[in-house]
Amino acid sequence: MTKSTVRGAFTAELLALAKKDRSLYALATDSRGSVTLTAFADELPSQFVECGIAEQDAVGIAAGLANAGLRPFVCGPACFYSMRSAEQVKADVSYSHMNVKIIGVSGGVSYGALGSTHHSTQDIALMRALPGMEVYLPSDAVQMRALTRYLASSNEPAYVRMGRGPVPEIYTEKDFFTPGKAVKLLDGKDAAVIACGEMVYWATEAARILNEKGIHISVYDMFTIKPLDEEAIMEAAGTGFVLTVEEHAVYGGLGGAVAEVLSQKKPTRMRILGLPDEKVYTGKSEEVFRHYGLDGEGIAKAVREGLKK
Amino acid sequence: MNANELARIAARTRAEALTMIHNASTGHTGGAMSATDILTVLYYDVMNVDPKRPDDPKRDRFFMSKGHSCEPYYAILADRGFFPRSELATFSQAGSRIIGHPNNKVPGVEVCTGALGHGLPVAVGAALGAKRTGQKYKTYVVMGDGEQAEGSVWEAAMAGANYKLDNLFAVVDQNGLQISGPTKNVMALDDLAAKWRAFGWDVCEADGNDMQALLDYFHAEHKQGKPHCLIAHTVKGKGLPFAEGKPEWHHKVPNDEQLQEAYRALGVEEVDFND
Ligand SMILES: [Mg+2]
Repeated sequence: MTKSTVRGAFTAELLALAKKDRSLYALATDSRGSVTLTAFADELPSQFVECGIAEQDAVGIAAGLANAGLRPFVCGPACFYSMRSAEQVKADVSYSHMNVKIIGVSGGVSYGALGSTHHSTQDIALMRALPGMEVYLPSDAVQMRALTRYLASSNEPAYVRMGRGPVPEIYTEKDFFTPGKAVKLLDGKDAAVIACGEMVYWATEAARILNEKGIHISVYDMFTIKPLDEEAIMEAAGTGFVLTVEEHAVYGGLGGAVAEVLSQKKPTRMRILGLPDEKVYTGKSEEVFRHYGLDGEGIAKAVREGLKK
Repeated sequence: MNANELARIAARTRAEALTMIHNASTGHTGGAMSATDILTVLYYDVMNVDPKRPDDPKRDRFFMSKGHSCEPYYAILADRGFFPRSELATFSQAGSRIIGHPNNKVPGVEVCTGALGHGLPVAVGAALGAKRTGQKYKTYVVMGDGEQAEGSVWEAAMAGANYKLDNLFAVVDQNGLQISGPTKNVMALDDLAAKWRAFGWDVCEADGNDMQALLDYFHAEHKQGKPHCLIAHTVKGKGLPFAEGKPEWHHKVPNDEQLQEAYRALGVEEVDFND
């Protein structure tokens, strides 16, 4: 299976678009290397803004660039943009309704052994509570390229979180993505797994494992956390058991969003799989996933437990 | 416009701002009064803005970073014709867009401000955007002196100098007071002008309640290659005999007698919010 980085797909696509649309800007906070924006900075220096290690300032500057009629993408570690500059995202971007895209890279636990200061595991909860902010967690590089094309043409503020390392490609260039519309990857009647970001691949792995045991699950890629695809959630509830899986705290993330819908519109048995209320276990992404049951085996186990009850 | 005409407008603006605060029983009286002369000079003389075209790309940009001093800002925007004067009567009322901090649903207001330390970074972005795209507009931002304790101010100060934004004017309304008392007792600024100079800005100081001094500053030749900072020495509560220099007037509301006393001191007979 082909593996590639989502951040690399984003920056390559943004660079290609920005060569044609001179209003597209990239901002970094001493993060051009880690975001993979070096080529952008070298080839389009007049559309690149280095802000130094100052995330609050970077988000404010981006709002000002938008005020000047430009289309800025602020790019850096998700952990800092979702926390250090949260108030700038709230006041200068969300409430002021400025066309600023916040691009959080190396999100979730993908900084691995760098530890919890560098993990971003509350960002979905925070960003989706802000009025008008769109929130996306792409699951692979192909989807990210399509999402970048959408973001470059949209006038709405948005937050995007992606990981760091290469991840398996789930989609092909023929696949089509619409904000507000989840992708149903697998159709099974026994249970439904709704996942986002890197968890989507592991959900398909879980489906393969369960298939061998005669359990058939539906898998939804809810890359579009906000706007959320309520129709897909209602359809998933038709199986009788919904498991949400996310690389995020179990509070206020994808599971919370799905529970908000189902508890009010179609109470359904569900379980929220994510990172528990503790200082997170440290290791490589896959090691952390395995520790918390966020890999194929762990997700399959959670489905079997859910079906027993 | 000459200094005397501007002073008359500022007196009327103060009376209107105080009436808004009185009517709503809420507001930030002290800082509103200290900043009124700066706002008056900018909106009636210095800045290129067209109330009929609030989104004109060529407009000068203004950011009220000390957003709590919004009352004279709204009064001026209404008087200039950005929105109906009658809306000033809805200040801080349920459902009004004329709320207690600048709201960019109001024509003429660029972004929502009031969380301190936000205005300068946005102003840096607006000024940098103009530089990068060859737009000729200028960018103005007004900050408070208490606000200077916010770290994000200094992040933006560095960026403004780094990008040599000589199209950017930051005014610090240095009234020497903040909500808890004298700024020197809350978080001492010491030589504020020296701090801005050390951050690479072209710094001047002037009496921020003296129209001629403000006119002289904005009409002077300004250095190229550096952003500009005016430390405007002001009096908190300026123009109100009962409030001048008194920290408790940060957000105290005048009673009926004080409102009349203020009108007399300002030489304003009455205030109405008719269109
Ligand atoms: Mg003050």
